[in-house]
Amino acid sequence: MVLELHKPRPIWQIMFSTHHTDVGLLYLITSLGFLFLGGALALAIRLELFFPGSQLIADSMTFNRMFTVHGTTLIFLFILPSASAVGNYFVPIMVRYKDMAYPKLNAIAFWMIPPGGALIWLGFADFTWYATPPYSIISAPGPAADMWIFGLKILGVSSILGAINFIVTILKCKHPDMSIGQIPLLAWSFLSSSLIILVALPTFAAALLMLLTDRLGVSGFFNPAMGGDPIAYAHLFWFTFHPEVYVLVIPAIGMMYEIIPRFSRKPIFSHSSGVAAFVLLSIVGFASWAHHMYATGMSFTEKTVFMVGTLAAVPASAMHVFNFLATMWGGRIRFSTPMMWSVGGIALFFSAGAGGVVNSAMPLDFVTHDSYWVVGHFHLFVMGTIAFGTIGFVYYMFPYVTGRLYNEVLGKVHFVMAMIGTVMVFFTQHVLGLYGMPRRIYDYPAIPEWVAMNQIATVGAMLIGVSMAIWLGNMIYSTGHGKEADMGDPFGLGGNYYYPHEQKNPHH
Amino acid sequence: MSEGHSNWPEWVYVGVVVALLCWVGAEAWNVERLIEHVPEDAKTIKVVGQQWFWSFEHEDGTREIGELHLETGKAYRFEITSTDVIHSFNIHDYVVLLDAVPGRVNTVWFAPVEAGVHDIQCREYCGLIHYNMRGTLYVEDPT
Repeated sequence: MVLELHKPRPIWQIMFSTHHTDVGLLYLITSLGFLFLGGALALAIRLELFFPGSQLIADSMTFNRMFTVHGTTLIFLFILPSASAVGNYFVPIMVRYKDMAYPKLNAIAFWMIPPGGALIWLGFADFTWYATPPYSIISAPGPAADMWIFGLKILGVSSILGAINFIVTILKCKHPDMSIGQIPLLAWSFLSSSLIILVALPTFAAALLMLLTDRLGVSGFFNPAMGGDPIAYAHLFWFTFHPEVYVLVIPAIGMMYEIIPRFSRKPIFSHSSGVAAFVLLSIVGFASWAHHMYATGMSFTEKTVFMVGTLAAVPASAMHVFNFLATMWGGRIRFSTPMMWSVGGIALFFSAGAGGVVNSAMPLDFVTHDSYWVVGHFHLFVMGTIAFGTIGFVYYMFPYVTGRLYNEVLGKVHFVMAMIGTVMVFFTQHVLGLYGMPRRIYDYPAIPEWVAMNQIATVGAMLIGVSMAIWLGNMIYSTGHGKEADMGDPFGLGGNYYYPHEQKNPHH
Repeated sequence: MSEGHSNWPEWVYVGVVVALLCWVGAEAWNVERLIEHVPEDAKTIKVVGQQWFWSFEHEDGTREIGELHLETGKAYRFEITSTDVIHSFNIHDYVVLLDAVPGRVNTVWFAPVEAGVHDIQCREYCGLIHYNMRGTLYVEDPT
């Protein structure tokens, strides 16, 4: 891969390649493209909310479509593919195999993403990333909703194919000398998240088909007018998507497990604790789905069961945080850009988790549910933890992918601006939620506290936006003109990297 | 431990985390149990959400749209439903929040303590004018 920019190949050779680093590169570029697209929607949403009243978005339907596509894009077209990018590059190397187990299947899984993404963006549906029935059945306009359903269907199949590939690569193709306990934690994170996908995703796949036939009018699973129950959809959806939250976050934690020991120049505090936490989370993660549904009118017993299930998932995440801190403790830490992103990500992961305990406590959930608190809460995971971990890892991979170094000063500026911005947006949104502002609203009454906090959040979002533009510039410029990296040790840390720059690409 | 160092700090830490979570869970269980207990003399208000307004029906048959007039010193039990899509009935100042689901009746209760004016809003996305599906609660002293 690294040699590619020194010996350029025509683009179609990369596009039609099935080699894991080529597919990884395709995943990486696609996911970053969608990150910028989805992020642009976020900036537009924040600008609209800077003042009460209508600002730059003409009507509420456009606004509703924008937050729907924003959420769908960043979850399915940024977070999942960016994790696959990292997994494609590193998992085969870490288990010492020449490629993914099924290279063609790997390429197929990637090539399902562009059509899925195109359906979502061309349709531009408005029923939120949850596709809330019966609204999505009786009210959501025209082909947009159907395009969204088909888009998600395609992306779901892609996820399942990718998950099968990772599981087989890790379990069946690992080097015979390597026991399962010796597999590096980054590869372990892909094993856990892939297993969760296989168990969780079919439920949503079924729900999507039921939603589609409901829309066609031939069934009434979720349509009360035909005797159905929209709460059944909520169960099916969250049975997939609460575990899916762990699918999103676990690879980011795995990336931190690669970066933290490397830049602390110390072995990981406890490999077995990391493995145990991944396995624990993969199992316990299935016991908490209905904590999203306290306000749908659940009984006291149901709420209690799901509160306990939710709280039970916390120790596993807490073990990761401990492991990171204990690894850094007494290390000779070098705060290069990837390390800064990882450490910032851990701090925000802890904040997000602490806020999650508040949500899961039954009485407090009725304060926070469907308010901006929840928006702030899960963005601390998706932005603060997952995007931070991933962006740090993209910096870490940069010399491997391009053979050059990025601009370190700009990398740090990017981190500091994004960190301040993230705190300004999402911590403020927690408080805004406590003041009662509902999520997913186009306009709001001029309550002074709401206006002030929306303005703080918008300024923070603009900071993040500028920092991301700096990042994009840094990546583009450094790919062509960055300093040549010393591929044995690009960050000057000593030790052995999983940087297989000598590895032969059979397609070269 | 295979890493060749003692792991007791992690066990202590996990123990502290688990203890904290048990405390949060027990406290939440107890509080929720208490607040879900509806007083027997609570008056029933039927709440209907539809795109995009709230309507209310008092026990005596009085109907109100977009406004709700209640009295201090009494407990009220809301029976909430919807005629079209899912909404969420919310009086944030009194932490009254429950989904209005078509085909179901959800109940929640509260007892206003002092006279005042509070916002009623929809907290579940319900379409075009979700952002403005608002109402006003007037709490008055009994005359």
